[in-house]
Amino acid sequence: MVAPPTSTKISFGSIMRNPAAGAFMGFALVFIMFAIFGYQRNFLSVGGVSTWVNFASTVGMIAIPVGFLMIAGELDISTGAVLPASAMTVAITSGYFELPIMVGIIAALSVGALIGWVNGMIVTRTQVPSFIVTLATLFAVAGLTLSLSIFFINTTQTSLNAPEWAKALFGGRALGGFRSSVFWWLGMVGVFVYFLHYSPWGNWVFALGGDQESARNAGIPTRRLKIALFMLCSTSTAFAGVLQTIQFNAATSQANFGMIFNTIIAVVVGGALLTGGFGTVLGIVFGTLTLSVVQQGIGYTQIDRNLSFLIIGVMLLVAVLMNETFRKLATNWSTSKKKK
Amino acid sequence: MSEKSPVIELRNVDKSFGPIDVLHDISLKVSAGEVLCLLGDNGAGKSTLIKILAGVHQPTRGNILMDGEEIALNRPRDAQGRGIATVHQFGGTYPLMSIGRNFFMGVEPTKGFGPIRVFDRKKANQIAVEQVQSMGITRITDGDRLVGGLSGGERQSLAIARAVYFGARVLILDEPTAALGVKQAAHVLKIVNEAKRRGLAVIFITHQVMHAMAVGDHFAVLIRGSIAADFQKGEKSREDISDLMAGGESMAELEAKIEN
Ligand SMILES: Nc1ncnc2c1ncn2[C@@H]1O[C@H](COP(=O)(O)OP(=O)(O)OP(=O)(O)O)[C@@H](O)[C@H]1O
Ligand SMILES: [Mg+2]
Repeated sequence: MVAPPTSTKISFGSIMRNPAAGAFMGFALVFIMFAIFGYQRNFLSVGGVSTWVNFASTVGMIAIPVGFLMIAGELDISTGAVLPASAMTVAITSGYFELPIMVGIIAALSVGALIGWVNGMIVTRTQVPSFIVTLATLFAVAGLTLSLSIFFINTTQTSLNAPEWAKALFGGRALGGFRSSVFWWLGMVGVFVYFLHYSPWGNWVFALGGDQESARNAGIPTRRLKIALFMLCSTSTAFAGVLQTIQFNAATSQANFGMIFNTIIAVVVGGALLTGGFGTVLGIVFGTLTLSVVQQGIGYTQIDRNLSFLIIGVMLLVAVLMNETFRKLATNWSTSKKKK
Repeated sequence: MSEKSPVIELRNVDKSFGPIDVLHDISLKVSAGEVLCLLGDNGAGKSTLIKILAGVHQPTRGNILMDGEEIALNRPRDAQGRGIATVHQFGGTYPLMSIGRNFFMGVEPTKGFGPIRVFDRKKANQIAVEQVQSMGITRITDGDRLVGGLSGGERQSLAIARAVYFGARVLILDEPTAALGVKQAAHVLKIVNEAKRRGLAVIFITHQVMHAMAVGDHFAVLIRGSIAADFQKGEKSREDISDLMAGGESMAELEAKIEN
C-alpha cells in the first residue's frame, strides 16, 4: 500500500525493507490511542479531524522538500524565516499596496525561491555544513523581514483581504472544515511522490545523500540538483506562507521557530535517515500526520494537553532508533535471504 | 596492433591542486584492443590521472586527444558521452539503493508518454541482474535487493559490470581487483581480455604484478607524478616490473627490510 517501487510481491521482506511501513505503523498506533482516549471528546468528529489535518497540510507541504534535502544529505532550517517573509511579502504587496493578488503571490514565491538559491549557492560553493548556512539565513531573513516591514508599512503585521476567488482557491473551507491547503497538500504529495520515487531525478536525490562523490563521478549535476532542492524547499515554504495569509487575512513578521522543529520531526518520524540516502514521501506524510495528531488532536481527547511535548520527544527518539534498525534490516535482509 | 592510431591520448599533461603538483608532463597513448597497465606506488598520481580521463578533473596544462582530435572533458558526462567508462577506486555504489537503480545511476531507462517519464524498474533490474551474473556473481537474482546487503566484492563486480555495459570505446579500471577473491579477480581479468578483443582501449590500474602481467600489453609506471618507465609487454622481466611498482626500490631490498 505504501510501496515505492520495491518488490511487487508483498512479502515480509519487502514490508520490512520499506521505510514508510514504520511511519505508517507509528501513525496507526498513535491514532488508535488518541481515538480511544478521545472518543467522548469528539476526536473523531469532522471538527476534530479537520483541526489536525489542516495543521498537517501546512507542516506537510514544507516537510516533504525538507525531507528531500535530508535524503540528499542536507538540512534546511531557514524555513522558519521564509514563512513570515513570504506572508509579509504577499500581504504588503496585495494588501497595503493593493496590487492584484497574483502579483503578491508571485512576489512571495520569488522571495522564497531567492532565499533557496542563496542557501544552495553558499552550501555548494563552500564547505560550510547546510545546518550552519541555513541557521545564518534563518536569522538574516528574519531580521530583514522585520526591518523591511517597518520600512515599508511602519508596523510588523498587517492584514490582507484577498478577492473572493482567491479566498476560495487558497483559503476556503470544504467538506465541513477542511482548508484548501489540505487539497493543495494532497496535490503536492502526488507530484512529490512522482518526483522522488518514479522520475529519474529521484534516483539522483538518493545518490546525492548516499555518496556525493560517486554521484558526481556518475555524471549527475550534483551542484545544480542541490541548489534546485533548496529552492524547492523555500518556494514550498513560501507557498505555505501565502496560503496561511489568505486563510487568516493577516500576516506577521515574527519568525516561526516552531515550524523548523515541526518539519524536521515530521521527516524523522516519517522514516528518513538523518545521515541521508534513505526516506519516502509517504513516510513523511505519515510522520506529519502523527505529529499533528499529537500536537493538535490532543485537545479533543482526555489526555493532558501538556503531555504533547513529552509524547513528541519520546516519539522522536523511538523513530530515530527504529530508522537505524530499519536501515540495518534493509541492508542485511538481502544477505540472509540469498541462499537459494 | 599498436600501429593503429590511438583511441585516447594524453599530451604533456600537468595537474596541480592549488600549490600541490600531482602530475608532471604525462604523455600516454592507448590504442583500440590494447590494455595499458598503469603502475605505481601509493600516492603516485594514478587515480588523479584517470580522473582526468573520466572528466572529473581538468588538466592544468596539456591536451587530451581522442581519435587524434583534441577534446575537452569538462565534466563526467562529457567522458561518458564519448564512450569512456570508469570504475573509480572508491565508492561507485549506493548502499541504500537497489541493484537496478545503482546500475543505471545517471542514465536511467524510462518509459511513459510525452513529458511524463517513469523510471523503468523492470528493465533496469533485468539488465542489471543479467550483467552482474555475466561477471560470475550468479547469486544475485533480484534487482530490487539493496546494494548495502552485498559483499564488498559483489559491489565491486556491480560497478565493473556497469562500466563494461556502458563503455563503448575506453574502459578504465582503478584497482578493480583490490577487493576481490581469487575467482572473481580471475573473472575481471577475463573481462578485461574480452573488452580488449571487442576492440576497446583499456586502462588498468593494479598493485599486483601477476594481474598486470596477465593482461597488460603496454605498461607505464608513475613515480611521484612523472612517467618513470613506459614499455611494451616482454620488454622487461617480472622482477624489473615489481621493482618499478615499488617506486624504484628493489624488491630484494624491501624484503631485506621486512626481515629486520
Ligand atoms: N583533490 C585533491 N586535492 C589535493 N591533492 C590531491 C587531490 N587528489 C589527489 N591529491 C594528491 O595527489 C597525490 C596522488 O593521489 P592519487 O590518488 O592519484 O594516488 P594513487 O596513485 O591513485 O595512489 P593509490 O595507489 O594509493 O590509489 C596524493 O598525494 C594526493 O594527496
Ligand atoms: Mg588510487
